[in-house]
Amino acid sequence: MASGAGVQTIEEIEPFEAAEEIEGGDVVLIDTREPHEYQEAHLENGKLVPPGLLGDEIAEAAPDKSARTILYCRSGNRSAIAAAQLEGLGYDNVASMAGGILAWQEQGLPVIAASGMSAEQRDRYSRHTLLPEVGVDGQLKLLNAKVLLLGAGGLGAPTALYLAAAGIGTLGLVDDDVVDASNLQRQVIHNTERIGMAKTESAKVFIEALNPDVNVVEHRMRLDAGNILDVIGDYDIVVDGADNFPTRYLLNDASVRLRKPVVSASILSFDGQISTFVPFEGPCYRCLYPTPPPAEMAPSCSANGVLGVMAGTMGTLQANEVIKLVLGVGEPLIGRLLLYEALGTTFTELKVRRDPDCPICGENAPEIPEAEMGQFPDYDLFCAG
Amino acid sequence: MATVKIPPLLRPKTGGQPVVEVDGSNVGEVLRSLTTAHPDTQAQLFGEDGDLNRYVNVYLNDEDVRVLDGLDTAVKDGDTVVILPAMAGGAR
Repeated sequence: MASGAGVQTIEEIEPFEAAEEIEGGDVVLIDTREPHEYQEAHLENGKLVPPGLLGDEIAEAAPDKSARTILYCRSGNRSAIAAAQLEGLGYDNVASMAGGILAWQEQGLPVIAASGMSAEQRDRYSRHTLLPEVGVDGQLKLLNAKVLLLGAGGLGAPTALYLAAAGIGTLGLVDDDVVDASNLQRQVIHNTERIGMAKTESAKVFIEALNPDVNVVEHRMRLDAGNILDVIGDYDIVVDGADNFPTRYLLNDASVRLRKPVVSASILSFDGQISTFVPFEGPCYRCLYPTPPPAEMAPSCSANGVLGVMAGTMGTLQANEVIKLVLGVGEPLIGRLLLYEALGTTFTELKVRRDPDCPICGENAPEIPEAEMGQFPDYDLFCAG
Repeated sequence: MATVKIPPLLRPKTGGQPVVEVDGSNVGEVLRSLTTAHPDTQAQLFGEDGDLNRYVNVYLNDEDVRVLDGLDTAVKDGDTVVILPAMAGGAR
């Protein structure tokens, strides 16, 4: 191993050797090119450290100076120079990949390529792909994601708009209602011209005009115990903006059964609540609310007002949770309930624990036999929205 | 004195106040002080047996009192008690 800083002393390895080492694990892989080159194509798990930022960023990308560190660039020159610099900084197990990513690709080895996206998509999503937390890989995840929205109304409208703009590839919309003039104060995905149109169809018109990448699937129905497993089974994540408790408990039980994450929010007057329920990783809706309130305490049953912008605030928080779940970044609201109060503009965070005695996700909750799949308690006994 | 955060549905029972300051050395006493000051809240917080209704969640600061000592959970001066019923508004 070289200890000097001369380019001639660094270790060079062939792409197939690098591939074997990467396969074996415990390798830090550094891409020493510019961001636009990295976006076009890079090696899986390659961390971008542009040459001009090497001194500033290498400590974060490769904190262990004794770890095996392989550098690559386009053709092998910049990575060789960077390897020598790293040795000068005390890294003692560095190699530069000869021939760079060009030689790697010539040998048929795989890369993460922006070619998964069209030129239009690279342009459309450039503000996403510039974010290290998203990048091309993350945008492709969004484009491949399937998200179901329960309700194309108050919460569903802003959630759908931002998820569509973000390029969520498949957006399912469940709603059996039609657009009414009284919806338009908050349901910004609909408009005056489309009053009387099915909400799913009206939303589809808007989404397709916003982003042709999104495949909108209309589910013009109300979910019940007989259809919910089929409907949510096709999706990765469910967004709950339902207007009634029966649907919320039904969705919870079905989503725990199928292990589908649910991003759940609700709004009333100037107040909103949001949490993310990931089955068996955190609590479920029944852990938080073991029992639905009686009709006089169930606000959706009677005429209650809501500030229109509350739908936007809470709906966009839901979209943010969905995107984090798809990308696998950040800290979703698992085990946390966030309350927002608009008059005081205050946020309050509460802890939500898994209930060991939860009848649905608790440790001793009985496994429901196959024959009873889709059978749920009679939710119509209480307030039906 | 503890601060009790009143959910929107109960505010008509507290004269519209979103926050009420009451005395009490534990969560039960705080809630009793609230129902004494605003008697209309009694039926919505407590059942006829005197227990807290199952559909009402109560938090001391950010922790559910169900995982603490329930209504016996000690309350210090300046603590916040949050009353939280489930809400389902969203779509329509």
